[in-house]
Amino acid sequence: MSQRVIERLQAQFGERIVQTSNFRGDDMALINPDSWVEVATFVKTDAECALTHFTDLTAVDYPEREPELPRFDVILCARSLEKRQRVILKTRIADGQSLPTLTKVWAGADWAEREVFDMFGIKFEGHPDLRRILLYEEFVGFPLRKDYPIDRTQPLVPYRELPGQVTKLAPFGQDEGQPWGRIEWHNRLEGGDRQVSPAIAVQVGQKRALSETSAGEGGAEAEE
Amino acid sequence: MGEVKVLESGESGFATTRFEALLAWARKYSLFQYPFATACCGMEFFSVASSRYDIARFGAEAPRFSPRQADLLWVVGTISQRQAPVLKRIYEQMTDPKWVIAFGTCAACGGFYDNYTTVPGCDKLIPVDVYIPGCPPRPEAVFDALILLQEKISNGNREPATVPPRELEGLSQLRKKVNA
Repeated sequence: MSQRVIERLQAQFGERIVQTSNFRGDDMALINPDSWVEVATFVKTDAECALTHFTDLTAVDYPEREPELPRFDVILCARSLEKRQRVILKTRIADGQSLPTLTKVWAGADWAEREVFDMFGIKFEGHPDLRRILLYEEFVGFPLRKDYPIDRTQPLVPYRELPGQVTKLAPFGQDEGQPWGRIEWHNRLEGGDRQVSPAIAVQVGQKRALSETSAGEGGAEAEE
Repeated sequence: MGEVKVLESGESGFATTRFEALLAWARKYSLFQYPFATACCGMEFFSVASSRYDIARFGAEAPRFSPRQADLLWVVGTISQRQAPVLKRIYEQMTDPKWVIAFGTCAACGGFYDNYTTVPGCDKLIPVDVYIPGCPPRPEAVFDALILLQEKISNGNREPATVPPRELEGLSQLRKKVNA
């Protein structure tokens, strides 16, 4: 459907369009990071393309990709309301490499680039205000990078000290007291408490150990 | 109010009680609620508060949208790390005596969110009086929580409590069958 844009791009930029693909009607062009702004300006201003609507800018982390390929894909989605076509533009950059900003092409890229910076730590050169947008200034690291530990929290308000309490386990235990609780159905019928989530199973074990050492503490765990 | 003693009935009758008991009785039926609704549990809260289930029947009629006028804080939904300072500040703005209900599993322990964004339970920030399990809880469970809280208020009990699960009848029978 948007093949026309891809053809225009190939005619205009030739070798700098590294790869193109069409998956179920979605046209993609992989471009060289050096041509990032140039290609974006072209697809917006060219009368045939007219991709005036900036839809989204995001990134994907591939830490275990083949070593010759850089770590991140930065993905731009843009569409043309007038020509009824849309295109995905991708580029690949390495960790620590920065990309020129698209805010001068589409003003809407401002917050999207801040979000990519916030989540992946990719810097956009020339961005007017590159700060964290969703997370807080105190946050260390970039949570959507694959090497960020999946369950690591960085509390903004220090947690209260609660004796005998296990983090991430409710006082009513792992079961929510509902038929659709997190406990497995057939196990529940058999009176077992095997968990769906191994992390929670570990916490249940910790809780048991705690209640054995300090009898009568730990309070109101729901009995069935 | 088990403490009330009616000395003389009729038009000129009077009763005696302890001051604390009278105060607790007044408090438990005039809970002004502040709904801190952040996520999908909020929909359940609307259901509980509106005419079909009607929480006003239990003496928690008026929602207040200023914490300074409220004495019951409903934490309804997931609390993210970014919201934590806001929740704490709202709790601190409420005047004593104040109570907190953790509505749903996310408010109680973070629910299935186990990542960088979510506070694993609002009890990590503020003291909670009653926990309601469920994702989301049924309105009946919410009423159980309110009644439990009212009991706790009248007893002067500030220990955290949990709403016990209401098991489906079919499930109980099935369990009996399996265990037999």
